Amino acid sequence: MTARAILPAKGAADHLTGTFWRRPQLLLLLLITPPLLWLGVVYLGSLAALLLQSFYSIDEFSGVVKEEFTLKTYAELFRAQNLDIIIRTVVMATAVTLACAILAFPIAYYAARYAKGPWKAAFYLGVMLPLWSSYLVKVYAWKLILAKEGILGWAAEGTGTGFIITGILSIPGMEGSSLSTSPFGTFLVFVYIWLPYMILPMQAALERVPNSMLEASADLGATRSQTFRTVILPLALPGVIAGSIFTFSLTLGDYIIPQIVGDSSRFIGLTVYQLQGTAGNTPLAAAFAVVPILIMLVYLALAKRAGAFDAL
Amino acid sequence: MRSEASWGLKAAALGGLLFLHLPILLIFLYAFTTEERSYAFPPPGYTTQWFGVAWNRADIWPPLWLSLKVAAIATVMAMILGTLAAAGMARAKFFGRDQISLLILLPIALPGVITGMSLRSAFGIMDIPFSTWTIVLGHATFCIVIVYNNAIARMRRLSGGIMEASADLGANAFQTFRYVLLPNLGSALLAGGMLAFALSFDEVIVTTFTAGQQSTLPIWMLNELVRPRQRPVTNVVAIVVFAATFVPILIAYYLTRGGSETAGMGK
Repeated sequence: MTARAILPAKGAADHLTGTFWRRPQLLLLLLITPPLLWLGVVYLGSLAALLLQSFYSIDEFSGVVKEEFTLKTYAELFRAQNLDIIIRTVVMATAVTLACAILAFPIAYYAARYAKGPWKAAFYLGVMLPLWSSYLVKVYAWKLILAKEGILGWAAEGTGTGFIITGILSIPGMEGSSLSTSPFGTFLVFVYIWLPYMILPMQAALERVPNSMLEASADLGATRSQTFRTVILPLALPGVIAGSIFTFSLTLGDYIIPQIVGDSSRFIGLTVYQLQGTAGNTPLAAAFAVVPILIMLVYLALAKRAGAFDAL
Repeated sequence: MRSEASWGLKAAALGGLLFLHLPILLIFLYAFTTEERSYAFPPPGYTTQWFGVAWNRADIWPPLWLSLKVAAIATVMAMILGTLAAAGMARAKFFGRDQISLLILLPIALPGVITGMSLRSAFGIMDIPFSTWTIVLGHATFCIVIVYNNAIARMRRLSGGIMEASADLGANAFQTFRYVLLPNLGSALLAGGMLAFALSFDEVIVTTFTAGQQSTLPIWMLNELVRPRQRPVTNVVAIVVFAATFVPILIAYYLTRGGSETAGMGK
């Protein structure tokens, strides 16, 4: 008898297996095509539609979108009030990123270098849960906190520190009847919401700093603060930059927070939302949406140079 | 290097953690307040009536069902597409690989307003009317990366040897997938699915652009935040939303605990 007696009969599945073995590219192609098609058509297609829209313009009399190529809509971005919006958003994103970096560092540092066993897990979950739990619920919580009659006002009154809040509210540019209607409130909520995005990459970068380097630094006579400044900080920097990508980008595009907490001054995200909705000016909304993309491309290019992508 | 942290560092780290968690507790407290017009602290009295009121409010149920439906469909689609992408990308090296991983990451790396506005533009240009499916389209797109991240981390950890062993023992590709790959991937996929569900259930930014007149639960909440009616009812709904995201996250954490990958690192 031939080999057929020993080997089991081959079905279609076995033949396919053989084909995959001989031509691994075929299997790769089969696997990768559906997700690529989805992302290519739905996502890239939509981004293309966004770009296309931004080159259209709106007829000022009829309010109808004219489907002809023009740079007029982009020129509108440079009007004083629109430039204001862009600058305000970038300043806010920068301030939020810096504040997040400062607040995140001790948490990330402690979690990376000192927390052990159950504490390590507690820190991990303690950062992960706020990161993932409902965004809207967290924003709402701050509306409760910052309201004039809310817990912060109550605590300030009880401890006689109400002058701090009044002081903040009297700083030019921070005015409001309470923290929940002041730009400072918007800033606080942004910092709170995006803080976990800064902690995680920072912690990952700090965990990769080898202990031997710290010992070497100590052996060479460096004090704790010298070690911190000249060894730990430079090595953790890519992690900080990686985190800043998130905090910066998320602040640039967010439009819920300024709508709920703050003096309803406009940010890029809110402007996009209002322009496409009530105003019906989709071309200008699209042009506005392109601004954060451009800013982020520049930011990502700078971050890549600083080696932040290895820390992601 | 001392092995013990300074008091200042400890205080700052613990203070930071408390800062992250205390605000959420207030949501729970205010669900029981008797004051429905302001956020007075401390609440003047406590009651459990708002849970009943919320239960009987007819305007809450349709958004809740829509949110559940969208999250369920988006999760299933993201699990299929994300797993396929991870399987393709895990070991293969080919031209354009970096570009593809960037493309998968992009929907979550760029601000939601861009994804939302892009989809809105596309629907506008192609005259696609808003429906449940337009919401699903957006959600599935940014959920793919969540499943992908979880699946690819597990696949990298799996030794290639077990697949070869399976082939040596005579299994074909489909049997290897069913009996070797799937059992090993299962918990990572489930974790990815849980996180995708939580993300979709809670998503508001992209949804406002793709929903038209429809209302998901987060959109309902957003409307209540801008124009409050019975404030404690919003808190009750907030607790429901919180629980619907909190529980899947915890499950995802326990499913992937102990591995080099842990769910949720790359939201």
